[in-house]
Amino acid sequence: MEERPSPARDEPLTILGAGVAGLCAATELVDRGWRVRLLDPAGPPGEHGCSWWAGGMLAPWCEGETAEEPVVRLGEEAADWWERQVDCVTREGSLVVALGRDQRELDRFARRTRAHETVGAEQIGSLEPDLAGRFSRGLFFPEEAHLDPRGALAQLVEGLAARGVTIERRHGEPGPGWTLDCRGLAARDRLEDLRGVKGEMVVLRCPEVRLRRTVRLLHPRIPLYIVPRGGGVYMLGATSIESGERNRATVRSVLELLSAAFALHPSFGEGELLEVGADARPAFPDHLPKVRREGRTLFLNGLYRHGFLLAPSLARQAAEMLASHEEEIATP
Amino acid sequence: MPTFYGSAIDSPLLLGTAQYPSPAVLAESFRRSGAGVATVSVRREAGGSRAGEDFWRLIRGLGVRVLPNTAGCHSAKEAITTAAMARELFDTPWVKLEVIGDTDTLQPDPFGLVEAAGELSRQGFQVFPYTTEDLVLADRLVAAGCEVLMPWGSPIGSGLGLANEYALRTLRARFPEIPLVVDAGIGLPSHALRAMELGYDAVLLNTAVARAGDPPAMAEAMARALEAGRLGRAADPMEPRDMAAPSTPVIGQAFLP
Repeated sequence: MEERPSPARDEPLTILGAGVAGLCAATELVDRGWRVRLLDPAGPPGEHGCSWWAGGMLAPWCEGETAEEPVVRLGEEAADWWERQVDCVTREGSLVVALGRDQRELDRFARRTRAHETVGAEQIGSLEPDLAGRFSRGLFFPEEAHLDPRGALAQLVEGLAARGVTIERRHGEPGPGWTLDCRGLAARDRLEDLRGVKGEMVVLRCPEVRLRRTVRLLHPRIPLYIVPRGGGVYMLGATSIESGERNRATVRSVLELLSAAFALHPSFGEGELLEVGADARPAFPDHLPKVRREGRTLFLNGLYRHGFLLAPSLARQAAEMLASHEEEIATP
Repeated sequence: MPTFYGSAIDSPLLLGTAQYPSPAVLAESFRRSGAGVATVSVRREAGGSRAGEDFWRLIRGLGVRVLPNTAGCHSAKEAITTAAMARELFDTPWVKLEVIGDTDTLQPDPFGLVEAAGELSRQGFQVFPYTTEDLVLADRLVAAGCEVLMPWGSPIGSGLGLANEYALRTLRARFPEIPLVVDAGIGLPSHALRAMELGYDAVLLNTAVARAGDPPAMAEAMARALEAGRLGRAADPMEPRDMAAPSTPVIGQAFLP
């Protein structure tokens, strides 16, 4: 990973924002031999950032149902990247099912995605014994993965600290070197076409149900995914609402998520509600993430629903852009 | 082309703005279809504040008339409150009135609908009621002040097409002066075309385009189908017959055995 030493890399890069985008960029650049300063007025990852509320799915092929091609292609590098950096990645694939009368949703999902195999009742039962007998047909995406998002963020913070990069609790100001602006929605002051898309999620504990992998339940109006967090804890997500609102989950949304979980397995009805969360994800009008350059600032933004899936790729792209501008950087 | 409450619209397509893969795809679908009206849900996105403002700005940027709707409202009271919010947000007296009576089929509640339509008309709104194909209900809505009727083809998002053509024809015959819009249930361009053949003025659809694999292409297909249906209707089509009628004379030919 270490590239040839270069004088340009003595000038520290300033990274603004310690969410998933900023932490991945910092990690990638430190790996490549850059000196990095990481600034966030709110400090380490927590409730203030939308990465905190993420599902942590590394499911590029499933996302391809509605997302455009780059999301799938760039997302394919995510699981390997995360596995190199953290130890909370689970590579068990993901399973997609639908209730009896929504079987046609499965056909559409299958048509619009790839890297899946159709599984019958028996295979569903062997993949997820607790779902045995509940679904006659499903789609299995064997290459997909998921991670524990909060654990992963914490491990990136630790990994950076071990290499001398700590999060400075302050706002950034333009320094002499390059700046990577990874502030998410807060960067709206510079990126006019960025908007927030609200997502709501629920975390519950239900040891009675044992799922090993992400399960998606298709529904014409209320699609659901359930990501196992280990220890009988599950994350249920997520709504997608055109609102920049950051901290208000509605009864309707939570009701829908919980009803869908109950339909997937009635034992979720006995689960303990641990958290209800909401935040707004930063998105550009085409819902694709971008590295945008303005002078000596690179904006890494627009990760939308795909923070953990696409932040590694965005970090790589930014690192490659910096490398290609290295001479320019060396002579300010 | 349809005229709603005195405003002429240059396309028989009213297109919804929900469920698209992205705002960029939404905008391209409007461009390809030439849709003249955009419907937008106020309630769900509002969050009691102007938090939906960014999305609404994108909708206003489409350059078409905006028809805010009261989707998700289950009572007349809710719908009236939402309509007031919509008027403020979009600075328009137009409102597509939805009062849902059944959460599974999203079938309109006829009683709440008439109540809300009457109250909103009194308040100066120009109401576009999303209704069933029921004739008597349509009559009551007109009496309540509606100058447009929007019967469903089939349930919202079902894509089943025109489930009760007979009733839709009856509405057309009974309300020759009222602009009629088939709202909901359109899945294919042929469904939209059929509505125009029945003499409807316009079609309102959303899911059929937004959830197609290629939404802009489907949007254009819908627009072309509507145009074909409108032209066909205007061309005064032939009557269907139960016998073959040769289009070239057979006089002088030998009878076949």
